[in-house]
Amino acid sequence: MADNLPSEFDVIVIGTGLPESIIAAACSRSGQRVLHVDSRSYYGGNWASFSFSGLLSWLKEYQENSDIVNESPVWQEQILENEEAIALSRKDKTIQHVEVFCYASQDLHEDVEEAGALQKNHASVTSTNSMEAADSACLPTEDKSLNTVSCEMPAEQIPSSDPESALVVNDAEVTGEKENHCDDKICVPSTSEEETSENVPPAEDTAEQPKKNRITYSQIIKEGRRFNIDLVSKLLYSRGLLIDLLIKSNVSRYAEFKNVTRILAFREGRVEQVPCSRADVFNSKQLTMVEKRMLMKFLTFCMEYEEHPDDYKAYEEMTFSEYLKTQKLTPNLQYFVLHSIAMISETASSTIDGLKATQNFLRCLGRYGNTPFLFPLYGQGELPQCFCRMCAVFGGIYCLRHLVQCLVVDKESGKCKAIIDQFGQRIISKHFLVEDSYFSENTCSHVQYRQISRAVLITDRSVLKTDSDQQISILTVPAEEPGSFAVRVIELCSSTMTCMKGTYLVHLTCTSSKTAREDLEPVVQKLFTPYTEMEIENEEVEKPRLLWALYFNMRDSSDISRNCYNDLPSNVYVCSGPDCGLGNDNAVKQAETLFQQICPNEDFCPPPPNPEDIVLDGDSLQPEASESSATQEVNLEPPKESANLGNPEEPSE
Amino acid sequence: MHGRLKVKTSEEQAEAKRLEREQKLKLYQSATRAVFQKRQAGELDESVLELTSQILGANPDFATLWNCRREVLQQLEAQKSPEELATLVKAELGFLESCLRVNPKSYGTWHHRCWLLGRLPEPNWARELELCARFLEVDERNFHCWDYRRFVAAQAAVPPAEELAFTDSLITRNFSNYSSWHYRSCLLPQLHPQPDSGPRGRLPEDVLLKELELVQNAFFTDPNDQSAWFYHRWLLGRGDLWLCLPTADPQDALHCLHVSRDEACLTVSFSRPLLVGSRTETLLLMVDESPLIVEWRTPDGRHQPSHIWLCDLPTTFLNDQLPQHTFRVIWTAGNAQKECVIFKDCQEGWCRDSATDEQLFRCELSLEKSTVLQSELKSCKELQELEPENKWCLLTIILLMRALDPLLYEKETLQYFETLKAVDPMRAAYLDDLRSKFLLENSVLRMEYAEVRVLHLAHKDLTVLCHLEQLLLVTHLDLSHNHLRALPPALAALRCLEVLQASDNVIESLDGVTNLPRLQELSLSNNCLQQPAALQPLASCPRLLHLNLQGNPLCQAVGILEHLAQLLPSVSSILT
Repeated sequence: MADNLPSEFDVIVIGTGLPESIIAAACSRSGQRVLHVDSRSYYGGNWASFSFSGLLSWLKEYQENSDIVNESPVWQEQILENEEAIALSRKDKTIQHVEVFCYASQDLHEDVEEAGALQKNHASVTSTNSMEAADSACLPTEDKSLNTVSCEMPAEQIPSSDPESALVVNDAEVTGEKENHCDDKICVPSTSEEETSENVPPAEDTAEQPKKNRITYSQIIKEGRRFNIDLVSKLLYSRGLLIDLLIKSNVSRYAEFKNVTRILAFREGRVEQVPCSRADVFNSKQLTMVEKRMLMKFLTFCMEYEEHPDDYKAYEEMTFSEYLKTQKLTPNLQYFVLHSIAMISETASSTIDGLKATQNFLRCLGRYGNTPFLFPLYGQGELPQCFCRMCAVFGGIYCLRHLVQCLVVDKESGKCKAIIDQFGQRIISKHFLVEDSYFSENTCSHVQYRQISRAVLITDRSVLKTDSDQQISILTVPAEEPGSFAVRVIELCSSTMTCMKGTYLVHLTCTSSKTAREDLEPVVQKLFTPYTEMEIENEEVEKPRLLWALYFNMRDSSDISRNCYNDLPSNVYVCSGPDCGLGNDNAVKQAETLFQQICPNEDFCPPPPNPEDIVLDGDSLQPEASESSATQEVNLEPPKESANLGNPEEPSE
Repeated sequence: MHGRLKVKTSEEQAEAKRLEREQKLKLYQSATRAVFQKRQAGELDESVLELTSQILGANPDFATLWNCRREVLQQLEAQKSPEELATLVKAELGFLESCLRVNPKSYGTWHHRCWLLGRLPEPNWARELELCARFLEVDERNFHCWDYRRFVAAQAAVPPAEELAFTDSLITRNFSNYSSWHYRSCLLPQLHPQPDSGPRGRLPEDVLLKELELVQNAFFTDPNDQSAWFYHRWLLGRGDLWLCLPTADPQDALHCLHVSRDEACLTVSFSRPLLVGSRTETLLLMVDESPLIVEWRTPDGRHQPSHIWLCDLPTTFLNDQLPQHTFRVIWTAGNAQKECVIFKDCQEGWCRDSATDEQLFRCELSLEKSTVLQSELKSCKELQELEPENKWCLLTIILLMRALDPLLYEKETLQYFETLKAVDPMRAAYLDDLRSKFLLENSVLRMEYAEVRVLHLAHKDLTVLCHLEQLLLVTHLDLSHNHLRALPPALAALRCLEVLQASDNVIESLDGVTNLPRLQELSLSNNCLQQPAALQPLASCPRLLHLNLQGNPLCQAVGILEHLAQLLPSVSSILT
């Protein structure tokens, strides 16, 4: 199929991340012939979401990827005398320091020895161990109490400058094959069983889970398609650029969203809800009356702070946290405003930064619900696909698993004129958009990348229990020491269609200062406890238990000047991978800027015309036009099967 | 450009739209005509239902057509079998829902639904409650739907506790919801009936405190939202807790009884305006324990509810030489009576309640209640510190202070009035009147303590006079240097008034200075009396001798003295 691709396009987009997909949609919408390719087998690049098995094969792929030996390039024969080639990279070097831990019991088998080994290996468990041991002594089946299994392999300390070998993949599947000798019956006092069942959310999943809250690893594997695990964890600001774009372009109809239900804070070892909307403040039990007024008054001021310069001008030089101290706010409220509403750094952010961030938060509030954020059902990975779909509707052509070997540059003009793909086909185009990760080391040898630390956890309950078990929460844990960064925690419930019933999917994100695990594990330990089969008394106060955890670092290629890349022709544009921020404004801004360079004076993703208003009288029209409106019908089922990501189809033939 | 879609221009779109609208209008008009013709011809059949549904589906506010539908349905009820009727009703309910989606605030549609449900033999109330909940989810302040919900809840006998929980859930979502707060005020007394104090019973202490906390949460969160303040006021005004007359006294009471030998007249003052039938037995007069038939009238002679009723006494009783006479008045309707004695050498005799402030202008506070009010006052003052310009907070502070101790807080109250007037200039006149009322009440209270019959109300910036019925026994009243525009009719209640000083006001009318039997001296200098005719009521005061009119516009009129001499022949000295 790929060998009969048209040989000429207006725009070739390499990479299917969010900015690339938006640009592809915008170009296609304004009539450009677009070829959109990705060497991966799934949409979204580092913006993708995976089912559980999809994620496991993604991890595997990284391992294999690193085994690829650079073949001698065949394409060089095709380069003519007056041409030069910019070779593209064949392997993805954006993910590093991958570590996987499995805590859920392996199909009801127990391995006491493994658990013992765990104490030596895994630091996070040791803190709770003494207590667990004490508890287990009370139970009749003491020896069966601990069956947490770790599949961690000793991580070799390899300098990160060599990403290929630094990639430590601990394939979780290995653990499933561990031999077990113990029998699989677990003795649990019936009273505590009732207790557990009370904690199980009403009606919803009791039928599916005869085993109460206990989720085994094989269950996770079996229900793996219920998971849609994002590689980047972001939310949409209700009045952010992405929402505006989705609405304006009508792409919103391809996606569904849920409002984040609550903002949380972690203070003095406790998770609590942050009252931020009017209704929250009214209903809050933790604020005093006077605090309610103080908070509302300050927030009302922030809404239109520009109009009261006298109230903040004098404090412009200091940090926002210093400024908050001068306001009529209790320490309680200062914490909420700084870390949970403005979500900015205590030490580095100015008063104006803080006021702006607070204002932005408040403006987004109430548009779709009681918090300013939306989460796309089935995961963030849906969004690039929605734009791809729009691109396809307007005639864009899609090829996944399609490797581009090099860009061909005309020596004379210094412009790029074609690509050569894996089959050696030369495809001509006017503009070339390339996502950062596709560039070879030669091209980005001078680029200084930052890193994002990520953790993905599967847990058995929410960090803050309420009447409803279907909560979507965001929690910011401030930086503990100078030099480290605040950690953003987003907890998703099963109704976001990103995890199986009875579990929660937790994403942790921060700017890296060390490896992901080093950066994030302290926070994970504060909020969660490793899963054990044993029933622990005082379940009410117990932290959520970890069933599975993944840590990795992702390259942050945002905010890198084009000049940092070596020898790029003027018609080759660079798209960055995901940034560390919460919103998607960066991607949209980038897409719009690049689009304006490619198609100056064109409207950026205008709403598609009303079908009734499309003039279809064939005789007066040139064939291309009628063809393109026909493609509209044909191409209407572009990539949607996020569950199939492990084995995706290519939508356009 | 290549691949670009061709779309209609905006002119083409506009034209298409215009044609469509024209077509719609034609259909609408012809359907309306058809319905009216059929109705006139008495053809009330299903075709009318069909036609009206076409129109109402687009415009549910066409009230006449709903009437039309009701007429048809009533006819069909008689003609159809129960099965056919059931289908008809089902269709009608579905149609109503579609109309509500077009306009969820259509009076006609909700009314029609009420009417229909009321006629059904087995209405499905649960479904109706569900419908209300759904509509209130979309717009929690849709009072049409709230009305309908109350109707449904009453019909279906939904327990008040459930409905209260429903209001809870809506207030939690958005507390700016008048209907929801109002519904609470209806439900709470139902849920917590207080056997002892009748229909206006108070809420139990714990419930009251919980509600106060809830509503405080609301006004601390958003002090500019009125709905919470209204509910707060209702909570505090509940039962015997309210802050002003006349709710204070649920029982009619005889407040004062006065007998005058000179005027041969007996006067009764009630705690609230009442209607006494002349010659009927509702108000019995016993003189020395034997009934006396008298004719009751009001001071102004009009037969309407009044605080004050009086009657003439036969002179024989007053001119004999017995050492004393006992007068007893019995209000049979209210089961109240009062007695007074007139001694031989006295011109008058009276008996009045030694009215303490509690009974007079507010209710007696139990210790708990006053603790509640004190803590409310404290939190309102806290809020006021944070929001010095919030008018609702200021007004509530004033009302709370009045309820607690009007005299103790008088000075503070006046300061709050000043602040309040500054932040809410639009309501300055209302606030002045309220302030006047409070000041007058305080003066009356002070007078009560001192047992005097002289009342000084000069220099108090009064704008209105009220509670004049309390001043039955006052002989000297000083109203000078205020901002009064009139001496109102209620002034006629001051049956003992001899001297009235009302100079330096802005008085234009003297309607109240009428039939004052003892008035001798009236000072009206520096007012705004324009025409001599305004003085007409004075002619009915038999003893008026001294009248000061200096500094009034009417003094400039030509021949004013002659005019006045003609108008008021018995007044011996008139200063102009």
